[in-house]
Amino acid sequence: MKKSNSRRSFLKNISLASASALALSGCSLKELEKFFQKNFRTLSEKEKKQLIEELEAEYKEKYHKEFHLSDKPAMDGTLFGYALDISRCIGCRKCVYACVEENNQSREPQIHWIQVLQMEKEKGIDFVHSDVHYNPETVPEEGHFYLPVQCQQCRTPQCTTVCPVKATWQEPDGIVVVDYNWCIGCRYCMAACPYGARHFNWGKPEIPEEEINTEMHYLGNRPRMKGVVEKCTFCIQRVREGRYPACVEICPVGARKFGNLLDPNSEIRYILENKRVLVLKEELNTQPKFYYFFGV
Amino acid sequence: MNFIRFVKGSVQLFFRGTKTYYAWLLFLFVLIVWGAGGYAGQLRDGLITTNMRDSVSWAFYIGNFTFLVGVAAAAVMLVIPAYIYNWKPIKEITIFGELLAVCAVIMSIAFIVVDIGNPMRFWHMLPILGTMNFPYSMLSWDFFFLLAYLIINFVVVSHLLYSIFYQKEYRKKMVLTIVFLSIPMAVGIHTVTAFLYNALPARPFWNSALLAPRFLASAFCSGPAILLILFQILRKVTSFEIKDEAIWRIAELMVYAMFIYLFFTIAELFKEFYSGTQHLLYWKYLLFGIGDNKELVPYSWLSIGMGFAAFILFLIPKTRKNFVTLNIGTVLIYSSVYVEKGIALIIPGFTPDVLGQIYVYTPSMTEIRTAVMIFSLGSLLFTFLVKVAIAIIFENYNIGSIRREEESVRIQA
Ligand code: SF4
Ligand code: SF4
Repeated sequence: MKKSNSRRSFLKNISLASASALALSGCSLKELEKFFQKNFRTLSEKEKKQLIEELEAEYKEKYHKEFHLSDKPAMDGTLFGYALDISRCIGCRKCVYACVEENNQSREPQIHWIQVLQMEKEKGIDFVHSDVHYNPETVPEEGHFYLPVQCQQCRTPQCTTVCPVKATWQEPDGIVVVDYNWCIGCRYCMAACPYGARHFNWGKPEIPEEEINTEMHYLGNRPRMKGVVEKCTFCIQRVREGRYPACVEICPVGARKFGNLLDPNSEIRYILENKRVLVLKEELNTQPKFYYFFGV
Repeated sequence: MNFIRFVKGSVQLFFRGTKTYYAWLLFLFVLIVWGAGGYAGQLRDGLITTNMRDSVSWAFYIGNFTFLVGVAAAAVMLVIPAYIYNWKPIKEITIFGELLAVCAVIMSIAFIVVDIGNPMRFWHMLPILGTMNFPYSMLSWDFFFLLAYLIINFVVVSHLLYSIFYQKEYRKKMVLTIVFLSIPMAVGIHTVTAFLYNALPARPFWNSALLAPRFLASAFCSGPAILLILFQILRKVTSFEIKDEAIWRIAELMVYAMFIYLFFTIAELFKEFYSGTQHLLYWKYLLFGIGDNKELVPYSWLSIGMGFAAFILFLIPKTRKNFVTLNIGTVLIYSSVYVEKGIALIIPGFTPDVLGQIYVYTPSMTEIRTAVMIFSLGSLLFTFLVKVAIAIIFENYNIGSIRREEESVRIQA
């Protein structure tokens, strides 16, 4: 405790010294404070609260709306799991766009957390022969089936192991999150993820003011900045409030199921018990909490 | 006081030289300005000015980084043969090798800095101040190995040059210990850099145990190439003495390295092509292209062709001992390894991507300009350091000469 105190005062001293230097050069104090902001997991409750208030004010100024930014921690006794019915999915990509809206993904340049792959029925699940850019008049297309892929919320995620600064980690409820204020943008995690689930803000993300979702979570859908990585969080801002992820709600054919793996009466448990499930690239030992199954 | 004198004297040295030297400086300066213009654009608009995207999320910058780590490693490893074969100017070879290593490490770190999205947050990687992910992340290992290597080499050369400058005996024991420490470190930095890629089961192209050995072998081809040329120049313009035999011996050692590299690569190719699993795709993309996507094919065959030509030139004693063909071979092998590390190592690792999609990547103008900026800044630094070193070692630039000069100025006044 003592150690971290002296560290804090050390940081304060540095920031004070450089603040005065930078004030002369016309740099705002706020930016400097941001520069010295610590990893989310090392912040005290008080610091978190203050940070959240500041961010809410900042977003309000930028988007002219009232925001609610939550930092709600994981609830005890929850481990979120997902199941996707391959035999139902028709490849309409409604989930892709619902996710973009819910999670404030950049519209320009476009970022999609969900990729829907079109596969040939004859080849089975075969990434090499799949296509994300399919674009027919109507779906589903003859001879094809669809496999949506998003973060598989691995139990042993490789993305978090490789991160050099611990900017990404697995929460107690199993959700893998990113601290956008801590990520240095080295993209090592993107090289490590076997499912292409992590996306980088190559340019400055743009979200139209009227489309921004004001219900936010610090570790989820708050606006990102240029040069950081983002990914699916099972809609952390929703599921920690007991709601379904946006993709589950929007799916017109009910192919998407979600629930608490630790609750024996949950739908996800029912599926694990009564259907036969599979995970993608099981040979890599990532142990996803995202299952695929054939419902019919 | 003495130190200030040293700095002043060295700066003066920097601006003294022949016409060719000035032309070289001007050339570098133009390249730096042109390159910096490109990098400024990237700083303003972000990495979107590069051609990297989510599918190919690392590319040319990281390739250059890898190449330079190889150069840094090999430059110091040259001390081993110099010691074993008892080449006369072992001290000089150590000094120039380590100067090259210092510059190469600085340039490689610069390539990381331009590659990351938030270079200002670099401090997050440090222990205590930040939250370094040690020992899990290979990137933090790599960072520390490089930093330690930089410091070690810097300490040794500056101590050597410093003692010659002050006309003192250098601390032989300490220097020798550190030099022998820096040799395994040289192997270490390159191995750890290979492990950076090797550690990713998601990328079958890199997930082969032969990656690190192949790295080392190829570094042993490219690193000495620079020194071969440098030694010849030094021999011409200074009193630096290195026998022809020593130069040929370096070339001979490079042939062994090339042969080992060839062997490892053939072993890798055999396994991939004979088993013919889906992992073959990455090699296919590199060597033949997939469908209409043949973007990397010219690069890879260019690299292979240059490598083979150099191998033949170095293998045949007659061409190895002829300085024209030797130097052609040196340039060829250097370029071959550069293309191999810059393009052929990284990009096939991402093409096709983990979901089987092909995104066609070739470096954008911004990436090329930024790389040119770093290379010319590095060359400028290297030129400067070599210039000072030459003056200290061969031209009697020392504390006495400075004092004498000051004296004479005073007397004239
Ligand atoms: S799918 Fe990728 S991003 Fe998601 S937890 Fe696994 S490794 Fe990490
Ligand atoms: S891009 Fe960000 S989250 Fe990913 S490894 Fe680098 S610092 Fe960590």
